[in-house]
Amino acid sequence: MDLSYLWFGIVGFFFIGYFILDGFDFGVGMSLPFVARNNEERRVVINTIGPVWDLNETWVIVGGASLFAAFPMWYATLFSGFYLALLLILISLILRGVSFEYRHQGKGAKWTGLFDTFIIIGSVVPALLWGVAFANIIQGVPIDENGNFTGSLLTLLNPYGLLGGVVTLALFFMHGLIYLALKSEGEIRDRARSLAVTVGLVAVPVGGGWLLWTVLQHASVSHVLVIVAFALLTALALVAAILLTRSGADGKAFAAMAMTIAFAVLTILSALFPNVMPSSTDAAYSLTIENASSSTYTLTVMTWVAAFALPIVLAYQAWTFWIFRKRVTVASIPVSAH
Amino acid sequence: MLEWLDPLILARWQFGLTTLYHFLFVPLTIGMAFLVAILQSAWVYTGKVQWLHLTRLFGKIFLINFAIGVVTGITQEFQFGMNWSDYSRFVGDVFGAPLAMEGLFAFFLEATFIGVWIFGWDKLSPKVHLASIWLTSLSTLLSAYFILAANAWMQNPVGYEINAETGRAQLNDIAAVLANPIALASFPHTFFASVMFAGTAIVAVAAYHLSKGQYGDTMRVALKFGAVANIAAFAGVALSGDSLSLAMVEAQPMKMAAAEALYETSTNASFSIFSWGTPDGLNEIFSIRIPGLLSFLSTHTMTGEVEGLNDLQAQYVAQFGAGDYMPIIWLTYWSFRWMIGLGGFALLVSIVGLWMTRGGRDVKGWAWKVAMWTAPVPMVASLIGWIFAEMGRQPWLVFGLMKTEDGVSPLVTGLEVLISLVAFTLVYGALAVIEFRLIMKAVTTGPEEWASITDETAAQPNSLATVY
Repeated sequence: MDLSYLWFGIVGFFFIGYFILDGFDFGVGMSLPFVARNNEERRVVINTIGPVWDLNETWVIVGGASLFAAFPMWYATLFSGFYLALLLILISLILRGVSFEYRHQGKGAKWTGLFDTFIIIGSVVPALLWGVAFANIIQGVPIDENGNFTGSLLTLLNPYGLLGGVVTLALFFMHGLIYLALKSEGEIRDRARSLAVTVGLVAVPVGGGWLLWTVLQHASVSHVLVIVAFALLTALALVAAILLTRSGADGKAFAAMAMTIAFAVLTILSALFPNVMPSSTDAAYSLTIENASSSTYTLTVMTWVAAFALPIVLAYQAWTFWIFRKRVTVASIPVSAH
Repeated sequence: MLEWLDPLILARWQFGLTTLYHFLFVPLTIGMAFLVAILQSAWVYTGKVQWLHLTRLFGKIFLINFAIGVVTGITQEFQFGMNWSDYSRFVGDVFGAPLAMEGLFAFFLEATFIGVWIFGWDKLSPKVHLASIWLTSLSTLLSAYFILAANAWMQNPVGYEINAETGRAQLNDIAAVLANPIALASFPHTFFASVMFAGTAIVAVAAYHLSKGQYGDTMRVALKFGAVANIAAFAGVALSGDSLSLAMVEAQPMKMAAAEALYETSTNASFSIFSWGTPDGLNEIFSIRIPGLLSFLSTHTMTGEVEGLNDLQAQYVAQFGAGDYMPIIWLTYWSFRWMIGLGGFALLVSIVGLWMTRGGRDVKGWAWKVAMWTAPVPMVASLIGWIFAEMGRQPWLVFGLMKTEDGVSPLVTGLEVLISLVAFTLVYGALAVIEFRLIMKAVTTGPEEWASITDETAAQPNSLATVY
């Protein structure tokens, strides 16, 4: 088998990991104005992701670097083409990241409020734009014969792309609320659960509509049944997540929501296959798994690296989540700290 | 419209500014993680609470600095593709590998164990918790190694071939890329320079509190610890700097000639500590020179031949075609000197300071002030060192293979680059102000926050809990 196909899968794995992990960080950030009524409660909400947001965010850095190593043409076209969208994501991630560290270091409520706003904006913007970006990747964007994107930011703001953005926004919001329910107690948990169900009821028609649109766009490809299967699994897992949240099975609901996101990414990847960035200008200019990938030697080296590193990485990250498995409560936050 | 916005110039400024800004935080992260790990080891193995106070105080400064280092690092990762897409296409097969290795081996390790360290004080046994800061320190070293290997490839491309069909560089020997002589020398150079910065920062904090007569016992320990770290690290900086010079003469003789503004090939070449004249070096008015030193730096013999700019220029024209192959000479000349001079100054402050404060002697206010103001000196030296290394590489993006002007994203507009340059400048500027204030606040407050933790209560993990 050609290693480039394996690396299509590995890059896909990084993005599944990234969206499951940072996805709930985004959702937790967005939930601040809805589930927390005072600063103590906001601290509880933020501390549910305190020890892990950084490692979650690292998945996109490693995903981006793997994309560079395994598919330099894809990396170059995507990053230079989606320039302003990525700039917005970058600025958002920067503001969100420093805000976790800064918000408790000032004196007044004004200071804290400012950085809470950054956390909210820094969560909403990437949650929306990742969906816009990925929807556009599978729909196809104008790419010329040299592999350069010839559109602008406005090219990306088409109905299908924007709907994709709303889908990831809703899914990540719901994912964060379910995570919060799993990691908190009492009123915060109750508010998070009931809001998760409400968001879920919006996510079902929006997500279902986008999945259907995706399937219809790809109705003529030979492996359309694979796309349909992943789309159905996405929808099923989403409905299961809503039902499990309603019944209070937090852990199972979280697992179902993680599956929803994984299947959604698999739907995207199967719709892309065997392209990585189809060109809407001329199908001959499309970047494919084969023409965008690195040499066999590089991919062989990287395969050994990944085979060695990934099991260790997954083991210590799982250990970390185990260490910090306890629910966070107002009582668990010492008044004296900061 | 907007033709005057040159994407190349703007993209270069953006890379320079964001990279130097990122590197404001990198040395303190690398150096401080290492020194905090030593401080915490002293605490775990001696049980003396002053080591815990120092661990927490410098740990706090480390963390304020760490968050911004991480988030500005994402920009680094993204902008190769955003602004330098033709470069990314040309080198991705080679250059992407060390970057991905950095992610898999270093970034995950760093991001995971920094969280464990911050939040794990009351959840782990002291030794497991200590292991988390050592793993964090290890991750910063791995990260430095891989990214320096990637950078070294731009200075001295090895382990590749040019694919005849695509015209792009293609990896054929990963071991050669990872064992690039430039990487092997620049890695210890960067690490020891980072420890120097962390050491002078610790000295400065101690000097502040000692000048106010507070936390005397703890801060005396910190003062010695920081000064000794700084002196030891300087030795490492000097030795690795020497091997880096030798490797540079091999790989990029033009850079060494530009470091001295040596126009004519010479044997027994002198090194000017200071010179006054026209920057092109043709009309020198006054200079202080050490005979034979440039030859020694380049070849380890006082009489060795050092190639001059003019010969190299002629040689490159013959090899690569017409063009100007010299970097900006005044910039390389002065950055080389300021890098060495500032590093030497920081060493001097530590040595004199240690001697003046020997046996717990008190010193005058001005001496404490000098110690405080020396804090940023090694950092500035590091930044200037990078300006030398990267501007000395010009006009090449990858030495001998690709010029800087050929690597820029062809269809990204000047306006887009301008927007991002302005956005980064504003956000980074605001963050720098906040960052500086928070660090100053942590420094001036000192270990007060943990003063209630005594030898007895330190054994109870609850008193060590950290949350946001």
